[in-house]
Amino acid sequence: MNTSVIEVENLTKRYGDVEALRGVSFSVSEGEVFGLLGPNGAGKTSTVEILEGLRTPDGGRVSVCGLDPQCAGADYKHVIGAALQSTALPDKMRVREALDLFGSFYPRRRGTAELLKRFGLEEKRNAFYAQLSGGQKQRLALAMALVNDPRVVFLDEPTAGLDPQVRREIYDIIEELKKDKKTILLTTHYIEEAERLCDHVAIVDHGKVIAMGTPRELKERSGAVTRITVRMARPETNGALGSLEGVTECRIEADDTLLYSTRVPRTIVALVKHLEDQNNELISLEIAAPSLEDVFLELTGRRLRD
Amino acid sequence: MKHTWALTVSRMRLAMRNRAFLFFSVVMPLVFLFIYAGLLGRGNRDAVPYLLADVLALTVMGSFWGLSVQLVTFREQGILRRFRVAPISASAMLASSILSNYVLTIPTIVIEFYLSRKVFHMSGMGNLVGVAVLLTLGIITFATLGLVIASVTNTMQETQIINQILWFAFLFLSGATVPFPSLPAAIQRVAYFLPATYLVSGLQQSMSATNPVGLSDLGMDLASMIGCTVIAFVVAAQLFRWEPEAKAPRRAKLWAAAAIIPFLLLGIWENNSKHVLARSITDYQPIERTSPPDMPAH
Repeated sequence: MNTSVIEVENLTKRYGDVEALRGVSFSVSEGEVFGLLGPNGAGKTSTVEILEGLRTPDGGRVSVCGLDPQCAGADYKHVIGAALQSTALPDKMRVREALDLFGSFYPRRRGTAELLKRFGLEEKRNAFYAQLSGGQKQRLALAMALVNDPRVVFLDEPTAGLDPQVRREIYDIIEELKKDKKTILLTTHYIEEAERLCDHVAIVDHGKVIAMGTPRELKERSGAVTRITVRMARPETNGALGSLEGVTECRIEADDTLLYSTRVPRTIVALVKHLEDQNNELISLEIAAPSLEDVFLELTGRRLRD
Repeated sequence: MKHTWALTVSRMRLAMRNRAFLFFSVVMPLVFLFIYAGLLGRGNRDAVPYLLADVLALTVMGSFWGLSVQLVTFREQGILRRFRVAPISASAMLASSILSNYVLTIPTIVIEFYLSRKVFHMSGMGNLVGVAVLLTLGIITFATLGLVIASVTNTMQETQIINQILWFAFLFLSGATVPFPSLPAAIQRVAYFLPATYLVSGLQQSMSATNPVGLSDLGMDLASMIGCTVIAFVVAAQLFRWEPEAKAPRRAKLWAAAAIIPFLLLGIWENNSKHVLARSITDYQPIERTSPPDMPAH
């Protein structure tokens, strides 16, 4: 049975008139990657910064490895590692110096050489922080989060602002961490990040968890339907495709016909049969399974990046 | 303690790579030395200790500026919050600022002594132990003042305004540029409340080639520096802010004001006893004899 490493109960936080967290609750099991997914301002960073001990909650209960981040002091810092969303190092600090310095704060630490190698920073070991690219800075932030070989790692928007290729590099690194059985809490507003990396996801909006589960569960639980994009030699505009088996909605966009289906295999069989009967020809067919973006859209009526 | 030392070494390394630090902490004090001992001294070897005392005081006083700017920069850039998720205390951050500044100021002081001896043929060095104690306490006191400034200001602009006001007060009211006996009586009364005044007069008295004072004669000055440093350090640690957006509460300014209590008391006492003025007149004699016609004389 998995034991909970992170427990958050009914967390509330207010900044002046703004209610940033309105009763957030979730728990994270040992060795899993848990994602807080939501748009900017949803309360993800407030939650993770309370867990890191950087902010004090107004209400609720938080426990990480059995410790209260607000009271445990230095002991707590030894069991966690964190890559913060908005932080920096001094411009003239070299990469290896940063790892050496932060490593020296912990009794249990990983070697600088090992971290440089693992995070692909060997060539940049003597570079100043200011000389690093965005991706290299983020890789250094991840290396520093692991410098004390922590039990729990907090990654706050680890790929925000990075281009897609660099983002994928960071995904590879986080997948490596998964193999180490680290418990990871990551926040993100990228759907693909949550789907690819997270074992469990909590969708956060306006300071509340509005849905929680594995990415698959969330998609299955929602009424989201699969989109089938069809292109035919002769477009059909008589609405006949809307009555095919499993189709809940049919829309025509330029040359494409979009069929929303709850029973994809049956819809496709019926479609092929229908086209044969009509002596029409299928040029292309694309199936898009419902994504967490669709789930979010369904739950909030907004897109994640609105 | 181990963490404080690791931070200190790192801070020293960063400072050595900082051109502004090298200019303000090494080049500028040496320029002051050449202006003072070279131009104002006019070849009078007996005047060099007095002038070197002023240069040393200026070197030491600059500590508050560098440290306040550095701490505010670290806070504004989100560097401090990275340290906050590590097992590092506010006291360790502050102590490393003071220690690194102390270690980095020593070479400049040594060079100033060396040049005064070799280039300007300084006749004697007065009470060297007293000078060393004053310099040590002075560097620490002014560094801690810088940390208090950083703890009560919210932006770099605010920090720089306070720094400029204090620097001008320290520069022109302490006796380091305009000889203390030459200041109008009303200004002297204000100057008695400044830590810089006691650093300058203490150094001038200790460096006197003919009649250097002992440490016991500076008891109140030294006690005020220690008192100010202790209070300022505690206040800076209590008011320490790791987060860029965290604002100093209004009561912070009152807390910070507590740091000047020792010099407030000393200033009241000094306004009655005029001890500093009497000593300054005596110490100023060798300079007065070498003063060009347009320099103030008593």
